[in-house]
Amino acid sequence: MFQQTSYSEQLTFFQKLRSFDYILLLCIISIGVISGFSMYSTDGGELLYHSKSHIIRLVIFFTMMICFSFFSIKFWHSVGYLFYVLVLGLLIMASLYGVSASGSQRWVSLYFINLQPSELMKIAIIIFYAKFYHRMQISHVNNFKNLLIPSAILILPILLVASQPDLGTAILIALSGLVVLWLAGLHIRYFVYSSLALIISMPFIVSFLEPYQKLRVLTFFNPERDPLGAGYQIIQSKIAVGSGGLTGKGFLKGTQSYLEFLPEKHTDFIFTLFSEEHGFTGSVIILLIYAIMVFRITRIGTIARSSFAKLFCYSFASAIFIYVSINMSMVLGLLPIVGSPLPIMSYGGSSLLATMIGFSVVMSSKIYHRQSIS
Amino acid sequence: MFDSSDTAFKKLNTINRRMFILSAAKAVVFTGIIARLFSLQINENKKYLTLSDKNRLREWRLPPVRGEFLDYFGNVIAGNLKVYQLHVVPEQVENFKYLMLRLKDILELDDKEFLEIIKKKNSQKPWETLIISENLSWDQFSKINFFLHELGGAKPVLSVARNYPFNKTFTHVLGYVAQASENDLINNEIIKKNHVPGLRVGKIGLEKTFENDLLGTNGVQRYEVNAYGKRINQLDHKEGEKGKNIKLTLDTEVQKFSNELLAEKSGSISVMDIYTGEIIAMHSSPSFDPNLFFYGISTKNWKEIRENPLKPLLNKTVSGLYSPGSTIKPLVALSALENDVISPTQKVYCTGKMEMYGHTYHCWKEKGHKSMDLRSAIKQSCDVYFYETARKLGVDRLNLTALKFGLGHTVLKGTLANEKKGLVPSTKWKKNNLGVGWVLGETLITGIGQGYIQTTPLQLCLMTAQLANGGFKIYPRITVDKDQESLESIKYKMVQGAFKEKEKLYASPLRKVEEFLKMGTNEYHPLFRNPENVKFVLEAMFGSTNEFMGTSYKSRIEDPKYQFAGKTGTSQVKRITEEARELDLDISEIPYEERDHALYIAFGPYKNPRYALSVIIEHGGTGSSAAAPIAKKLFKLIIDRHELREKIKNKNSIKT
Repeated sequence: MFQQTSYSEQLTFFQKLRSFDYILLLCIISIGVISGFSMYSTDGGELLYHSKSHIIRLVIFFTMMICFSFFSIKFWHSVGYLFYVLVLGLLIMASLYGVSASGSQRWVSLYFINLQPSELMKIAIIIFYAKFYHRMQISHVNNFKNLLIPSAILILPILLVASQPDLGTAILIALSGLVVLWLAGLHIRYFVYSSLALIISMPFIVSFLEPYQKLRVLTFFNPERDPLGAGYQIIQSKIAVGSGGLTGKGFLKGTQSYLEFLPEKHTDFIFTLFSEEHGFTGSVIILLIYAIMVFRITRIGTIARSSFAKLFCYSFASAIFIYVSINMSMVLGLLPIVGSPLPIMSYGGSSLLATMIGFSVVMSSKIYHRQSIS
Repeated sequence: MFDSSDTAFKKLNTINRRMFILSAAKAVVFTGIIARLFSLQINENKKYLTLSDKNRLREWRLPPVRGEFLDYFGNVIAGNLKVYQLHVVPEQVENFKYLMLRLKDILELDDKEFLEIIKKKNSQKPWETLIISENLSWDQFSKINFFLHELGGAKPVLSVARNYPFNKTFTHVLGYVAQASENDLINNEIIKKNHVPGLRVGKIGLEKTFENDLLGTNGVQRYEVNAYGKRINQLDHKEGEKGKNIKLTLDTEVQKFSNELLAEKSGSISVMDIYTGEIIAMHSSPSFDPNLFFYGISTKNWKEIRENPLKPLLNKTVSGLYSPGSTIKPLVALSALENDVISPTQKVYCTGKMEMYGHTYHCWKEKGHKSMDLRSAIKQSCDVYFYETARKLGVDRLNLTALKFGLGHTVLKGTLANEKKGLVPSTKWKKNNLGVGWVLGETLITGIGQGYIQTTPLQLCLMTAQLANGGFKIYPRITVDKDQESLESIKYKMVQGAFKEKEKLYASPLRKVEEFLKMGTNEYHPLFRNPENVKFVLEAMFGSTNEFMGTSYKSRIEDPKYQFAGKTGTSQVKRITEEARELDLDISEIPYEERDHALYIAFGPYKNPRYALSVIIEHGGTGSSAAAPIAKKLFKLIIDRHELREKIKNKNSIKT
């Protein structure tokens, strides 16, 4: 066993800078710019509260992401558990002293920012699992004993988030965790069993759902059931997208959003707004950028030497993909409306922060891809 | 070590394999999303574009501006008046309750009116205009403007409302407008198409008849609205088309004077041009103010109109049915002459009554007229002479003549709704409708215009006109047509028609009534067999008015410019009992409802006639004392207006 060379000490600042993944960076920047303009459009073509704060956050968190990228992958590995514990602590805080808004208690008030810990949990769970399975052999993964801890780790935040109540984020956290479990080599039968269990317990779960959540599910299956009530969002969103046509109505000319027919246009329905203004062409371009993003992150995972970096990159790429596809399917009427933001595009500091932290880890994996973690 | 690297390799393998499966799944999902985008944005683009436009565009239709009615001289007799209104769009008002209370205070609304407005507000959408007041007085309007800065959301608006400047003068001709009802919308597609809340439509009269021409089309304001229905900006403003103006043949001066003449009386006046058929005046008394109906008539006013015993709601000129009385005599005489049953020189000795099958038929002159020929019988209106004439003529031959001269069918052919046909009896009619055979006695009283025979005042006017023009069919009209035939052309046609008639005379002595009815409006066909007969009757009517002993001698005008000829009529409302005949009561001693109707028909100027008229005073007493003097006064004005009318006529024809 030869002494592993630590590359990080040998890399100069410029070498590090050079080994950034510029294609990925370009994707992030272009989505950032597009989101800036979209936010400007949601404010009715003026630089108002939403657009201003979104652009400021973009700049701050992007800079932060660049800085964090210089942290070695070892660092990320070492803080893996700590980060999870920290976020979990915040989640508990949120459920105890959290700030309520529109019927759910999701936010904790820090001095400078109202943080939504559930968003951070989406990334924390991935880092935790990546570290947990980093050194574990496949045969050990499927040990019943080794299943208990990860299950507890996953179920605890899900329960906390679901009780806020925030079903959408809870589902996204669950999916993020499941992706890592799948990649870590968890036997396929566990997935089959648990999904069977889920299906069987479905009626039981449904009875626990809040009335508004039940309504949303029902509405999804038939939006015209109540066109002015719960189905309104889906119908208006489909109208907005559909009326965009091939090239869209033009920047700042989306009537559906401009005339306030579109609900939640800053957050969950930002893609609808973009799609209305820029049409099929614009939508496909955005989708392509996200696809390239996912592809690039996956590639970094492929070249990364440590299985921590590999697991993280693969899982993060999949998580980004899941967020994007769930959000788009939702606004296009393919899935029920659950609160799920579009990464980078949607308004919301916590989500942006979590995504940027994820990108930092990915960048760090790229810069230190030759580094393995002992 | 080796073992561990082997497991590490195995682990790496697993991760990569599973990642590959995931990547494949991702590709599928992304493709699915693109497919969905394609289906929404490309395939169904049109559908969603329409839906999006439906979301954002809203049209506000403005009430159309109604066409005006003009009299023959171009004066507006039903126009549009600018009115000040107060509108509020509830959704644009911050504090509706406060605003309403302020307005209540400023406009001095009482609680009932206030509640009415609140009720109206609750029945409409918040972005629809709420009309607080449709007709602000100038005082209220300036007060509102003064306080406007504290009345956020209240909008003083200048609007138009129907206005009848001559108030009750034209009511029965024009009718009135009021808010369109459910029925109006169902029965008239054009109203439905142009309907906006508060639209006024014609309810009766010409306003109703010409509704489709008068209505005009909506102006349209297209707004972009947001999700809450708030207007964001105006995209389009299309001016509506004003309804057509309609010019009538009426002369406001004559009409006004008719109103004055019949003031306080119940009755009707019609004046007609004997060649063109233009109706110069047409009035039914008492009348009422049509302006009352615009904003919805108050219960008190409505009750007053409805319960008036003189029946102001009835247009007596076309819907009132009267026994023509002696005014039918010229026609009976003509019919008898045409059918060769009597000659003008035939004498009848009037003893004041006539016995027939045990019944006694009285002449109006108790002492009798002594020996009468046809001319003096018309002149002095001898009933016995006409009993005898009618007996010889028979009711069926009289029926044919009467139908030809315009009795028994509508004069204006549906231009005015509710126009009555009247009734000219015949033996066949009685058999079919009453199931009993005709009795000779009924022929006798028909000969003096009593019994079953019923006519409208306008029919009598038309009959007089068609006698006065020499016995030719004319076509009464109340609107000025562009293709109106000139006087010369009408007269030419009449002469030609008479010439042709002479030739046909040998083929068939009598034309069928149906033929006359079927004729087009440009045929001014003769209604006689021998023009001398018509001349004779007209000459006798001249005697009746202008010669001593004539029944309307007192109402004559000697100046040849105004000189007219006419025939009085007094129609019984109630059968006169023998006792009443003995008493010979003065008119003031008989109860109002039992007094006779006074009638008068006339034409003039005698030398060169142009106008015919009929006057009816309900329960007015005798024709000579009540109706003829009115005709005298009216004739003066009609003739005085003649020159001016001719001037306008030339102008009108040059224009077209």
